[in-house]
Amino acid sequence: MGNRCAVIGVGQTHYTTRRRDVSMAGLVREAALRALEDAGLTFADIDAVVVGKAPDLFEGVMMPEAYLADALGAAGKPMTRVHTAGSVGGSTALVGASLIQGGVHDRVLVVAYEKQSESNATWALTTHLPFTSSLVVGAGGYFAPHIREYMRRSGAPDHIGTLVAVKDRLNAVKNPYAHLRIPGIDRAMVESTPMLWEPIRYLETCPSSDGACAIVLSSERAVTGTPAWVHGGAMRSEPIFRAGRDTVSPQAGIDCAADVYRQAGVTDPRRDLDVAEVYVPFSWYEPMWLENLGFCGVNEGWKLTEAGATALDGDIPWNASGGVLSSNPIGASGLIRFAEAALQVRGMAGEHQVEGARRALGHAYGGGAQFFAMWIVGAEKP
Amino acid sequence: MPSEPNPEINHVLEFPGGYTRSTGPVIGRFLTELRAGRIVGVRTAAGKVLVPPLEYDPATGEPTLTTPERTAPARDPVLSHDFVEVGPAGTVREWTWVGEPRKNHPLDRPFAWALIRLDAAHTSLVHAVDAGTVKAMRTGMRVWPRWRHDRVGSITDVECFVPEVTTIVANVRTEYTVTPGAALARYLDALTREVFLAGRCPTCDGVYVPYRLSCPQCGSVIEEELEVGPAGTVTTFAINNLPDPRAPQVPFVSAYILLDGADTPIIALLAEVPPERVTEGLRVRAVFEGGTVKWFAPEREA
Repeated sequence: MGNRCAVIGVGQTHYTTRRRDVSMAGLVREAALRALEDAGLTFADIDAVVVGKAPDLFEGVMMPEAYLADALGAAGKPMTRVHTAGSVGGSTALVGASLIQGGVHDRVLVVAYEKQSESNATWALTTHLPFTSSLVVGAGGYFAPHIREYMRRSGAPDHIGTLVAVKDRLNAVKNPYAHLRIPGIDRAMVESTPMLWEPIRYLETCPSSDGACAIVLSSERAVTGTPAWVHGGAMRSEPIFRAGRDTVSPQAGIDCAADVYRQAGVTDPRRDLDVAEVYVPFSWYEPMWLENLGFCGVNEGWKLTEAGATALDGDIPWNASGGVLSSNPIGASGLIRFAEAALQVRGMAGEHQVEGARRALGHAYGGGAQFFAMWIVGAEKP
Repeated sequence: MPSEPNPEINHVLEFPGGYTRSTGPVIGRFLTELRAGRIVGVRTAAGKVLVPPLEYDPATGEPTLTTPERTAPARDPVLSHDFVEVGPAGTVREWTWVGEPRKNHPLDRPFAWALIRLDAAHTSLVHAVDAGTVKAMRTGMRVWPRWRHDRVGSITDVECFVPEVTTIVANVRTEYTVTPGAALARYLDALTREVFLAGRCPTCDGVYVPYRLSCPQCGSVIEEELEVGPAGTVTTFAINNLPDPRAPQVPFVSAYILLDGADTPIIALLAEVPPERVTEGLRVRAVFEGGTVKWFAPEREA
């Protein structure tokens, strides 16, 4: 894993439908300055900048990293753009960490963002390429069949997705940065919303958000403030169409989890971890990823959700921040998971702090559930 | 006897050439500055900047001019003690929408009358705001003057105020010449004969459709061609309630269909069956039209 690496600063914008008051440059700078402030540093203390966001076609800005260089204080410094679809926020953090772990730099600024109000993700994900009749309408249209297959295989009752939709939104009420904050949300409210892509209901879907997230990564000798130590990081990918591919529980996710657990010495994630921030853009992905990530056996994930194990007061809280279901600036969503994991073990998560959290998982996935990025951060040095 | 007891007559009373008004030093300066493309207010003894300016302070009745002023615009950058350049931008304090403008209104399309507090002013000016739609209007919005090209020294030298520029439209369009490539061209050609062409990986033994030249899993060159389908099984599906130009109606079913003999599913439209009747495991068959797959439909009982 190389040299030790720590998160020493976290900065987020308030996630919302429209940030008309700022340009994309202004948006990322806001998050970057907050992360630097948290670390007690300025741009002058940063050696390199790594930027992540979803496909260029979303906002139609080609190579936005070039345009954002001056807003991120990157003039005269190495700057890299990472691109792994929805998992990009997580991959961006891991690329930044690798620059520390490899001994290349002492401090790296990692920033990810999306300005969905100036984008149309469903359009960008549904471009009708010539010579193919493949019929997928947006991310929901892609993931709905895999959710249906999970429901069939596991025999999970229909209301499990509703429980996740309610739980994550109630957590979001405790997170001042969350986009969807719906006090009093309950099952009846979720179930009264229309099916968009059956079996996915409107309130079982993530919102479209504007927002940016930034973290400052540091080598051991350059640590300032309160560090969250990186105990392991891993990425995996797999071809979207390969014979025998399991789209409900992709092998790349299983392998990625096994790798990051091995690095961190985790043998039983439900017992060894205190909190997890997992990329759940559609409510049913909580039980699906519970199984894919080995928090329980196959077809058992929904039982953990139903029993409240993943609630804020459960034995393994998932998405204490409200998760992707409550805030989804797509390119940033993975980094928010990684950053929230760091906030938890730094004891700085505020009202949604999980008491005594010492080790946390950050997770992101993207594309047709074909890219995975994960890290485990801890309060103690690895 | 008059045939109409109460006739209507149009009558015009117009002073020939218009009345002449002396502006006095304060209003005259205001209008002269307008002609020059600037907006000025007058500063009262209490330090308040009145826009539009008044000759006499409404609070005290004292003249607002404290020194013998030059009434012509000053050439030097400092206007004077009494006159203060304001704006040109301001903030809408109150507004009302005019949905059907009348003949004498400043704009011939729907607009707002607004009380605008220009920057550095302490009072508000009434003027028109050309915002396009009522939805674009809100109290607190920032507006800028739209100046007429030929100015004469009148409040209408400002044609109206317009919202600040906060967004732009960036048109992005790409256009490519594309070819399907050797493998896909063969597959599409086979479809015109109502045949699904597939390829088998010599290493993993997986059968891929559409036909392709290399295995996505192991990278081996695929040489063996075979036909699969046209019947298959629905492995899973979504009922889409969002419209799509490629689907005939809403809701429509997009299904993963494992063609007989293939190891990878294809995603396609499933029709000729009500969405609520679709199940995993449903047997379906391709319906061809115009040399390609129109959609899949449930297989009829033999």
